[in-house]
Amino acid sequence: MDKFINHTGTAAPLRRSNVDTDQIIPAVYLKRVTRSGFEDGLFAAWRSDPEFVLNNAAYKSATILVAGVDFGTGSSREHAVWALQNYGFKVVISSRFADIFRGNSLKGGLLTVILDQSDVEAIWLAIEADPTTQIKVDLESRTVSYNGIVLGFAIDDYTRWRLMEGLDDIGLTIKNSDSIDAFEKTRATYKPATLPIRR
Amino acid sequence: MAITLAEKIWAEHVVRAASGEPDLLYIDLHLIHEVTSPQAFDGLRLAHRAVRRPELTIATEDHNVPTLNIDKPIADPVSKLQVDTLRANCTEFGLRIHSLGDKDQGIVHVVGPQLGLTQPGMTIVCGDSHTSTHGAFGALAFGIGTSEVEHVLATQTLPAVRPKTMAINVEGRLKPGVTSKDIILAIIAKIGTGGGQGYVIEYRGSAIRALSMESRMTVCNMSIEAGARAGLIAPDQTTFDYILGRPHAPEDFDGAVSYWKTFFTDKDATFDAEVNLNADELEPFVTWGTNPAQGASLNSNVPNPADIADEEARGAAERALVYMGLTAGTPLKKIAIDTVFLGSCTNGRIEDLRAAAEVVKGKKIASTLRMLVVPGSARVRLEAEAEGLDKVFIDAGAEWRNAGCSMCLGMNPDQLAVGERAASTSNRNFEGRQGKGGRTHLVSPLVAAATALRGTLSSPADL
Repeated sequence: MDKFINHTGTAAPLRRSNVDTDQIIPAVYLKRVTRSGFEDGLFAAWRSDPEFVLNNAAYKSATILVAGVDFGTGSSREHAVWALQNYGFKVVISSRFADIFRGNSLKGGLLTVILDQSDVEAIWLAIEADPTTQIKVDLESRTVSYNGIVLGFAIDDYTRWRLMEGLDDIGLTIKNSDSIDAFEKTRATYKPATLPIRR
Repeated sequence: MAITLAEKIWAEHVVRAASGEPDLLYIDLHLIHEVTSPQAFDGLRLAHRAVRRPELTIATEDHNVPTLNIDKPIADPVSKLQVDTLRANCTEFGLRIHSLGDKDQGIVHVVGPQLGLTQPGMTIVCGDSHTSTHGAFGALAFGIGTSEVEHVLATQTLPAVRPKTMAINVEGRLKPGVTSKDIILAIIAKIGTGGGQGYVIEYRGSAIRALSMESRMTVCNMSIEAGARAGLIAPDQTTFDYILGRPHAPEDFDGAVSYWKTFFTDKDATFDAEVNLNADELEPFVTWGTNPAQGASLNSNVPNPADIADEEARGAAERALVYMGLTAGTPLKKIAIDTVFLGSCTNGRIEDLRAAAEVVKGKKIASTLRMLVVPGSARVRLEAEAEGLDKVFIDAGAEWRNAGCSMCLGMNPDQLAVGERAASTSNRNFEGRQGKGGRTHLVSPLVAAATALRGTLSSPADL
């Protein structure tokens, strides 16, 4: 995973709430067995609408998505994160994310930033007035800044450290294999096993 | 210290806790399917990692599979590749898999419980948000992403941040014709799609305790639609009776029951949030919009967005009515339906099929619609056929299919066409969920059956 220290880019306003992961990428696009190539399915149903924000040339090169409340609800598909990343997004800003989507995004290096709804509205107005507005998202100082405005955001220290170091969770856990070995010796004996198969 | 059921299960599975880090949780059972696993296996291969505990994992094919002609190769080459990839991965890593045609194939959340693999006090994960279903047994069960699937395969653990706890108390008695589906749809409408965000929900109260195991699974299944990753119900005699005799029930059953009885919320424990719902007042509930919180009593009208005070919710309702092709003020019972779908991990179990069959028995479905009946698993199909339920549905004019996720999500051949309107016993009414441009009304099996007969959204009381 690439390290995430900070990112500066332009942003696209997605003025919709409850954007579920079926909207981010419909199920028919989930059939690949690789992690790449999902950009064609991103917001597939809306992309055929010429009025859709990502079809506006002014937002074509946006790398930050600014979305309405409850972004990423529904299905656990990590393909939603991959689709956003494959398309070119590095950051998504919203006033609330669904839990599974947020977990997936932070594991995969797509930074999800939670700001107050009033701040989200203010950013929408700014980037609609001037789509070339540069927004800097700085993980080190935990701030979003644009047009001289600086907004702080919260992210736990552990996740921030892991993203800034670009570390893989599995490698970190395997370092604690001794704890897993020790735990397995204490498990309740009643727990079922899938093998051998019983019919 | 008095603690809640969820906290008890959590505490029993902490492998490692360190200040400022997520807890490392041990995972007792890992369910996998073809859609969210291929990239996880690829990751293992790239890092030369093995599956740590193959005997704690089980795979089944459900999302992509056709429900007709299952003896033929899967027609869609991309779906076939995904299913073939799962089979090859299970062979390579030594994992148990139930493929199309196997009597234990079916929707992953139907298969686990029916095999007796889902038991109280366990941690259960799957790369599928409806893993919350297994919480009905007093297990802590939640959906994960593909990176986490890889993590569990490699380590049998998962780093996780302890959720807050929410009690949803449902007291009273359901009226005839009102089901657990109506309870959960009413809860979601009450607390919203983000209401449970950050929480694990414990469903409590006399109305919950009175539910069968399969009805409890329906409630827990849709916890995610209220934003909660997990929802659970304390195990009781109903739970133990359901597990007894299943293939993977513990051999020392009495010993296991004593152990399971330790999983309950202590009397003086406090929840971070509490919500109350009166079961006496509930009526059959249906959705009119494009998220599961946009629902109302079947006896009411399509709401007028202008009456919604919250600006965000008003805008969402306006967009939903346009997508759904509905006019404010229309009685919900006047909405004509093109397709009735009975099935899914929410309502594709034997009790659901029995309840619907009871309604349609000896009658004919409306000539204006089609009805798909899709058992949640091959075993459910066999059980239904042994009871003659297949005949009841076929005689009524419905289609009797093989097991799978089917029309719950538009990823296999069973899909809605653009503009087609469904009454569906599934869990999501998102735009395009059941096929691009398709319109979904979420309903209970009883409402699905009555709707099939009358052609418009209906409950058995309308017959």
